[in-house]
Amino acid sequence: MVFFPNPIPVPQLSLVLPEIVLLALTCVVLLTDLFIPARSKIISYLLVQASLIAVAVILILQFHWPTTYTFSDMFVFDKIGSLMKIFMVGVVFFVFLYSRGYLRQTRLPQGEMYVLGMLSLLGMMVLVSANNFIPLYLGLELLSLPMTAMVAMNRGSGIAAEAAIKLFVMSALASAILLYGLSLLYGTTKSLDINQVAQAVATMPNSQYPVVILSLVFVVIGFAFKIGAVPFHMWVPDIYAGSPNSVVLFVSAAPKIAGLGMAIRLLVQALPSMNIEWQALLIVIAILSIALGNLVAIAQRSFKRMLAYSSIAHMGYMLLGLLAANPTGYGAALFYILVYSIMALGSFAVIVLMSNSGIEIENISDLQGLNSRDPWLAFLLMMLLFSMAGIPPLAGFFAKIGVLEALIGVHLVWLAAYALIFAIVGSYYYIRVVKVMYFEEPKITDPIQYSMEARLAMSVNGLAVLVLGIFPGVLFTLCQRAF
Amino acid sequence: MTTTFPLLSVLIWLPIISAGVIMMTGGDENANWARWIAMVASVIGLLLCIPLYTHFDVNTPKMQFVENFVWIKAYGVHYGLGVDGISMPMVILTTITTLVVVLASWTTIKTKVAQYMAAFLVMQGMMVGVFAATDAILFYVFWEGMLIPIYLSIGIWGSANRSYASIKFFLFTFFGSALMLVALLYLRIHSGSFAIESFYPLKLSMIVQIFIFIAFLLAFAVKVPMWPVHTWLPDAHTEAPAGGSVVLAALMLKMGVYGFLRFSLPIVPNACQQLDWLMIVLSLIAIVYIGFVAIAQTDTKRLIAYSSVAHMGFATLGCFMIYLIVKATGNIADAYVSLEGAMVQMISHAFSTGALFVGVGVLYDRLHTRNISDFGGITKPMPIFASFMMLFAMSNVGLPGTSGFVGEFMIILSSFQGNFWVAVFAASTLVIASAYTLWMFKRVFFGQVVRTEIAALKDISALDTMAFTILAAVVLLIGVYPQGLLRVLHASVGHLLQLAHVSKL
Repeated sequence: MVFFPNPIPVPQLSLVLPEIVLLALTCVVLLTDLFIPARSKIISYLLVQASLIAVAVILILQFHWPTTYTFSDMFVFDKIGSLMKIFMVGVVFFVFLYSRGYLRQTRLPQGEMYVLGMLSLLGMMVLVSANNFIPLYLGLELLSLPMTAMVAMNRGSGIAAEAAIKLFVMSALASAILLYGLSLLYGTTKSLDINQVAQAVATMPNSQYPVVILSLVFVVIGFAFKIGAVPFHMWVPDIYAGSPNSVVLFVSAAPKIAGLGMAIRLLVQALPSMNIEWQALLIVIAILSIALGNLVAIAQRSFKRMLAYSSIAHMGYMLLGLLAANPTGYGAALFYILVYSIMALGSFAVIVLMSNSGIEIENISDLQGLNSRDPWLAFLLMMLLFSMAGIPPLAGFFAKIGVLEALIGVHLVWLAAYALIFAIVGSYYYIRVVKVMYFEEPKITDPIQYSMEARLAMSVNGLAVLVLGIFPGVLFTLCQRAF
Repeated sequence: MTTTFPLLSVLIWLPIISAGVIMMTGGDENANWARWIAMVASVIGLLLCIPLYTHFDVNTPKMQFVENFVWIKAYGVHYGLGVDGISMPMVILTTITTLVVVLASWTTIKTKVAQYMAAFLVMQGMMVGVFAATDAILFYVFWEGMLIPIYLSIGIWGSANRSYASIKFFLFTFFGSALMLVALLYLRIHSGSFAIESFYPLKLSMIVQIFIFIAFLLAFAVKVPMWPVHTWLPDAHTEAPAGGSVVLAALMLKMGVYGFLRFSLPIVPNACQQLDWLMIVLSLIAIVYIGFVAIAQTDTKRLIAYSSVAHMGFATLGCFMIYLIVKATGNIADAYVSLEGAMVQMISHAFSTGALFVGVGVLYDRLHTRNISDFGGITKPMPIFASFMMLFAMSNVGLPGTSGFVGEFMIILSSFQGNFWVAVFAASTLVIASAYTLWMFKRVFFGQVVRTEIAALKDISALDTMAFTILAAVVLLIGVYPQGLLRVLHASVGHLLQLAHVSKL
């Protein structure tokens, strides 16, 4: 007699080791942080960074493992996921490193920020590895909720509370829309598994086509909400402007990578046979994002809002790679988002470091004469900004070349020309910041105080765009081979 | 000949690495270190040009001193360098100009000296890269990357209106080159390689050729600059520090014409032939109309800037007259003079205009004004300076015996073979250029000493004399013995003319 009619296969736990380690260590940090007195918070900081390093090491050691499905095909281990996770862990590591001085000065709760950040990171990791709609949704929620709490962390600030409520409502709305789309897909294909959905959609009868189209529209809207692409971008500038600087640092980089991961799972892997349809949708979103992001950024006086609009434009450029709908394009989009995460991280880090003295730096005019106050910091920020503008020989240039080449390869030359013309418009607000830093004399002449390790991290971060600009080959090849 | 020593790489990277070293000297308390390192780096650069010239084989149009490595495998981009007869003189021009800039800014730049010297050395490296690149993306990287140091140099060390001028300059040139990138990527998809030479044999339909021609035209016309996209130039030149004006006039503008020669003519010859009337008309407008605009200027730097536009009109005219000439005489050999004239005009303009800008910089440093009406009688206190400037003004006018004569004469002579009326309009420059140059010269250097500051001026320093001597020597050398330059050009110009007359439809 068979005791278990359907024995549950034992999942391959080694594949989810990074997630398990991260979760376990998050719990350890959560507990130890409770008993550590406020003056020795450095212990929890070190613990957090050590756990992130441990996770990164495991991810790198596992990187060459072949693509495997486990947990009843709910979880996929592949190169796309691994590459994204390595970058997300690295980005979060830098975020915490930059934030420490800032959190101490502004008296924001340190331990809570770390724990929330690690939980959100866990959500991102689950999201990019999901091979089933359930874990995908689970990861998405785990990503968003801690972020809301982080935005609200400055309890005294009304703007922060407003930003947190906006983020909460908007991400709930986006999740609901996405969920509705997924439920329609489930209804037509009778499956939640991404590979099975792909097969079912490819062979579906014509009568089901309208339902799938409807669900596709909802999925694309949900995704556009999450990455903040036009016309679902309205929340982005408010969140950036309203949150404490170190939280903006967190929100601006790693979740964007996870957003692309979600799009790859949902559009590229679950709905490959609908690529003509989602390509058309994404073209519209990309065109609007590039135009609106670049144009509105010009009018901003706040550095944070300017970078918020610039992130909208960058999401548009990233979509250009995705909508080429071939492996070259996906690889280019992945490369773009990874490079973007480095650039966004670095440019926000500058204002976090400048805010260390207790004054919240947020306007472009606060950067006035930075070259006289701290030439090295000004130089690094200039590299990052020129990289965002897409000037060679910096990484942003090759990221743009990658997506443009993918576009020209699928005969969308007009779209490539359009994207480049708006890159010129975009360059204006970046060089305006360079102008403020270099061509004007500072009003405050005190040197900027920040720790040695932050200085080192900033140098690594800023020079990364130069090194990746001169030798983009390795990372680009990794991105291409992931597909 | 080929050589195992990577001469071109050294010419590119030596100044850039020196720039890094200079940045490490820190603040202005170590300014003299920065100056000396910059000087040594640029002198070494110039010395390295001697083997470049002597080991250059003038009998072949092939690329020489070739270096080729895979740079970015995933994109198919190579680190490909090489020079032919067209680019080799430009490389030497670049190194000479940088030395002049370093000498001329020795005392005039007093703040952030290290950053200034570093910016100009980076510019030198990138400029050599532009002229030596044989891979389209490498070319583009240098072409665009150069915007960063020049943008900073105008913005940091420029005069009152510098922010406006630097941003205008940046946006104009960035706008121009964006579409060129699309064109290059498009060509790559069809040729399978980014090597510029692999674009030459591509078959392209007329409509595609015209699109590519326009994309290239935007990029290069902004740099030349041709009417009507020249408006950034007077602003940038006027606001830039003396060194910046020299680099802009002597080198940046040449990149535009170089682009026409390296990309437009050989890659889209049919479109060039179809649209040569447009280029000729724009060149003539630059020569005649901008010449008149120059007469009306009251600011010395703006006047020289407009005269640059007019002179570059000659260079573009020389490039695009070749189709009319060949049509009229039926012989490709007749077009040589026109194209070689354009090259000579470019190089000659670099020295005479560069020298005039250095001269205005010298005056500005002492009198803090650029208005023509504020000067007068400078000859009396500064006779040596005035005689140097006389020579450069004469070269600007095109007096026989100076380099300015050779280029203009060759272009006007050959355009008579193509079309009489084009030649007549072009020749009007002999009158217009004399008018604005000599009238300015008279008002600045002759007449009564009107201000006490002028009477108290001392003549130029030894360093400035050195800079002017270098420039004057080249101006006279090319004026008296142009063969030294022409023999280098001949084989490559011939090859280019063939490419420009092969139909690719």
